[in-house]
Amino acid sequence: MGTDDTRSEPASGARANPVDAVASFRFGMREAVGPPAIIMGASFVGFGSLVRESGLSLSFGLVSSATGWALPGQLALVELYGTGAGLLAITLAVALANARLLPMSISALPLMRHPRHPRILYWIAAHFIAATGWALLMQRASILRQEHRLAYYFGLTLTLWVVSLLCTAVGWELAGRVPRTVTLGLVFLNPLYFLLLFLIDTPARGRLLALGFGAALGPLLHLATPDWGLLLCGLVAGTLAFALDRAAQRGRHG
Amino acid sequence: MGDWTVPAVLAAGAAATYASRGLGVLLSGRIDPASGLFAWIGLVTYALLAGLVARMILLPIGPLAETGLLARLVAAAVAAALFYLTRRNLLVGVTAGAIALIALAS
Repeated sequence: MGTDDTRSEPASGARANPVDAVASFRFGMREAVGPPAIIMGASFVGFGSLVRESGLSLSFGLVSSATGWALPGQLALVELYGTGAGLLAITLAVALANARLLPMSISALPLMRHPRHPRILYWIAAHFIAATGWALLMQRASILRQEHRLAYYFGLTLTLWVVSLLCTAVGWELAGRVPRTVTLGLVFLNPLYFLLLFLIDTPARGRLLALGFGAALGPLLHLATPDWGLLLCGLVAGTLAFALDRAAQRGRHG
Repeated sequence: MGDWTVPAVLAAGAAATYASRGLGVLLSGRIDPASGLFAWIGLVTYALLAGLVARMILLPIGPLAETGLLARLVAAAVAAALFYLTRRNLLVGVTAGAIALIALAS
């Protein structure tokens, strides 16, 4: 782990330093129960309501949450299917909406690999790559031993996955019975959660630059090209942060 | 659309989503975690998430577009303020922000 990018201190409240895989799995479960489960649950309540309002069955919502487990793609799926779009158009829209999972998966898996793990576990863990689990893994990696991170990740994400399914059902049942403003408040939990998660500890210089450039460029590039804006934002702002971080490193050491 | 469309659409959605995740497993096996390429991909992901959060607050699509920009900005500021006042308690921060938005949107 010689990269400059892993220096950030563990977030406040991270007392635990799990001693084995079972303890790491439990640590992951405990971390899920709290803000991550509440925020993710609220988002999936919103998704469940949308499924019903679109005239789709509860099983449609549950299967989508279980097999997709990435809201932007699930929202595209429900909206496009509701408007009668073709299979190819739906597939492309979902793939584009979820393309952010690719860099997340590439950057998360090396943190969890260990020679003793059966390889099939990585392919299973990949299904549970999503923003919440990814961001927490990035913060906790420094206090977890390499061989225990996969167990932590499964404890965390399996708990969140079960909560997501339950909340999809709750949302489907509640559809239309909750005041609109409350629904809006629940949907807003998601950006608030990530905003505060990024503020919880002062990130290393590279990450700080990436967050700043990303926040500035995200809305601008979305205005320029709604379909590609997010991916472009990641590439441009991430590359800029990377270049400046490297330049600052060379300036200090050279 | 016939009865086969529901399973077909769900399967297509699942496959289109897992494609990104699975490709990540494949590619990550060839990248050294100590390399510059790996650090770059990590920063691209951070930038992407920050861009997404900023866009969701400033230019939301979907139901949040019904709320006013000022309401969303005030709610985000309330969340950050309560978060710092309670020594960075995430739950207090997000709850306060959501309640502020509900109050401002009512």
